[in-house]
Amino acid sequence: MRFALAVLLTLLSLGQALAQSPPPATSTPLRYGGDSTSGAPYTFKDPADPDITVGFEVDIMTQLGIEIGRKTVFVQNDWSNLIPGLNAGLYDAVINGLEITAAHQAAADFSIPYYVTFGQIVIRRGDADVPDIAALRGKSVGTLKSSQMEYVLRSFGGIDVRSYEEEIDAYSDLKLKRIDATVMDFPIAVYYAQPDRELQFTGAPVGRIEYGIAVKKGGNPQLLAQINTGLSQMIQDGEMRKILDRWGIWTPMMAQFTGDARPMQAQPDAYNHFVEATQPQGWQAQLERYMRFMPQLLWAAVMTMEISILAMFIAVGLGATLALCRVYGGVWLDRLAQVYIEVVRGTPLLIQVLFIYYGLPKIGIQLDPFIAGVLALGLNYAAYEAENYRAGLLAIPRHQMEAAIALNMTERQSLRHVVIPQAARIVLPPTTNDFISLIKDSSLVSVISLVELTKTYELISTTYYDYFGTGLLVAGMYLLLGLPFVRLAKWAERHVSRGMTRTTK
Amino acid sequence: MQPILRAENVHKSFDKTHILKGVSFQIEEGDLVSIIGPSGCGKSTLLRCLNGLETLDSGMIEACGVRLERKPGAPEVPGEVAHRLRRNVGMVFQQYNLFPHKTLLQNVMMAPMVVKGTKKEEAEANAERLLKKVGLYEQMDRYPINMSGGQQQRGAIARALAMAPKIMLYDEPTSALDPGLVDEVLDVMKELDAEGMTQIVVTHEMRFARDASDYIIYMEKGDIVEISDEDEIFENPKDPRTRQFLHRFA
Repeated sequence: MRFALAVLLTLLSLGQALAQSPPPATSTPLRYGGDSTSGAPYTFKDPADPDITVGFEVDIMTQLGIEIGRKTVFVQNDWSNLIPGLNAGLYDAVINGLEITAAHQAAADFSIPYYVTFGQIVIRRGDADVPDIAALRGKSVGTLKSSQMEYVLRSFGGIDVRSYEEEIDAYSDLKLKRIDATVMDFPIAVYYAQPDRELQFTGAPVGRIEYGIAVKKGGNPQLLAQINTGLSQMIQDGEMRKILDRWGIWTPMMAQFTGDARPMQAQPDAYNHFVEATQPQGWQAQLERYMRFMPQLLWAAVMTMEISILAMFIAVGLGATLALCRVYGGVWLDRLAQVYIEVVRGTPLLIQVLFIYYGLPKIGIQLDPFIAGVLALGLNYAAYEAENYRAGLLAIPRHQMEAAIALNMTERQSLRHVVIPQAARIVLPPTTNDFISLIKDSSLVSVISLVELTKTYELISTTYYDYFGTGLLVAGMYLLLGLPFVRLAKWAERHVSRGMTRTTK
Repeated sequence: MQPILRAENVHKSFDKTHILKGVSFQIEEGDLVSIIGPSGCGKSTLLRCLNGLETLDSGMIEACGVRLERKPGAPEVPGEVAHRLRRNVGMVFQQYNLFPHKTLLQNVMMAPMVVKGTKKEEAEANAERLLKKVGLYEQMDRYPINMSGGQQQRGAIARALAMAPKIMLYDEPTSALDPGLVDEVLDVMKELDAEGMTQIVVTHEMRFARDASDYIIYMEKGDIVEISDEDEIFENPKDPRTRQFLHRFA
């Protein structure tokens, strides 16, 4: 009981300490957030070496750092939580294809555009050309969820818009004839549709899209000015042009925006590298590729286990405390525990994870993502453990406690030496079950920037366009993680069930 | 001679049911006393009050100089008093209630180690001695589930004796046993009697009550009807109610 409380208090005070750390000076590194699963060519894992995060945005930030004389550090976070992460102080700026729109400007401050582009219509090779957005009326069209293009397509009217989390899923569905066309930002089309022989570009540019670097709303005008200066310099001295040419995504809008009408200034070697590395390969090369990201998967598995085991400690400790409160704690402790259990069980784990990580900073509790993830999972599972343990305690006959009291043990001693050891044997199997399900639920913490097994699956599969082989690999990994605990549970059950089942003499 | 155990005007109700209606009696050291009476007469409740497992509504209990007293309407006696009372009073239950997750030896060793902080070696030696006494030395590494009812009950007696009580209470110790296993338990109690242990037995075992008891308390409807010499009560009960009850066993 005391142990669980101590852990909680330590975690909370740690969070407070983090929250009170002093504001960074100008010479400190510029930390920028992005999601390396968001795909090429923005910010992604190099298909040739999954340990390296690359992309035209990474190049822009590196160059920007040189222009303004600050080191830059990439911080991974889930795409949909990039702005909340900014407010949580996880990093100073966000660069990840964020469009400068009124809605986005309400949530964060934006720099001048670092890239101006448009929506590219893509169809199956051999299908009839689609001249413009108007010709998409009556067709089903795939695009990225919560992107500016989605808004453009939906507000145009008459188009059956299908929203996707991942660009490659949209192109997949296009090839499988589940949809008629896609409209996504030009760089996406260049990287995922252009190299594909089954797909082709068509029609006029759709709309105009500006990407900007986001900083915390009203939080840091100096930083914003610094970034703007850096971007302007890069445009002036031609470095921006070189980066965009290397990635093969220079656009007419960019030419107009920068007044740069020169021909190509650099070979598209970054683009060529990507196409080469993601070309379909023979099974040997495929195997080699799997071997290459094995270390990455193993590290992710370690992360998954670290989170799960620590969370289980909290769940077991707090769960046992709650169960004791419910059975032996008297009316008030019982009620308090009941309220906790109902609230935690009655709300989705995902909400709890997001609330603890992104919500609590609002009241001054700012937690490291790892601690927040462990805490959220532990606090959640504690509620389920508590009910398990309560059932276990109630399963022990009242007479056992009475016999212990009659031997002059105190209630506390009776619980500790007589009731709890017996209850523990009863609850061991369900607890193991819960732990195995906790291992799987730990994938939810990827929403707060933790890269564990499931997140790594996303990372790798979106990089190589390979959900199948990677999927089997990761599924096998989860099985291997759970298996020892199934075995351990069986052994422990046999070991501790002595005296609970009759043995032959 | 100063009585070793005294009960005075003990009252106890559960909800609205008045179970004990002012019970008084006293017992001297070394006595073996049987409490008999029809079901629901309050004899088990009385026994449980004697070692503080049940709280009193009012009355007084004194065992080996430890006094537990509650005036009518007074707040409950603190648990600490019951704790002191129990130092000298051991109890054996109808259902044995051995701890199933421990071996017989561990069952007997546990309370001295937990409550008195006795060292393991000492507790073990003492437990082995007691198990020898109740004839279970060979069974000490068994788990209760692998033992017969009679063995479990003898084990429970050894477990209670491990706390070195001066008074032993038995709540229908043979009621759950097969008839063939009753004697092995009663023999242990007779042996303790011979050693001078003070014992109070709530029982339906009339033969034992008659053979082994120094005297018998007959209870009915929450009060003591008759306290008599064991031969007298069976052959010539003073109270007509006692006569009527014993008539069925004749």
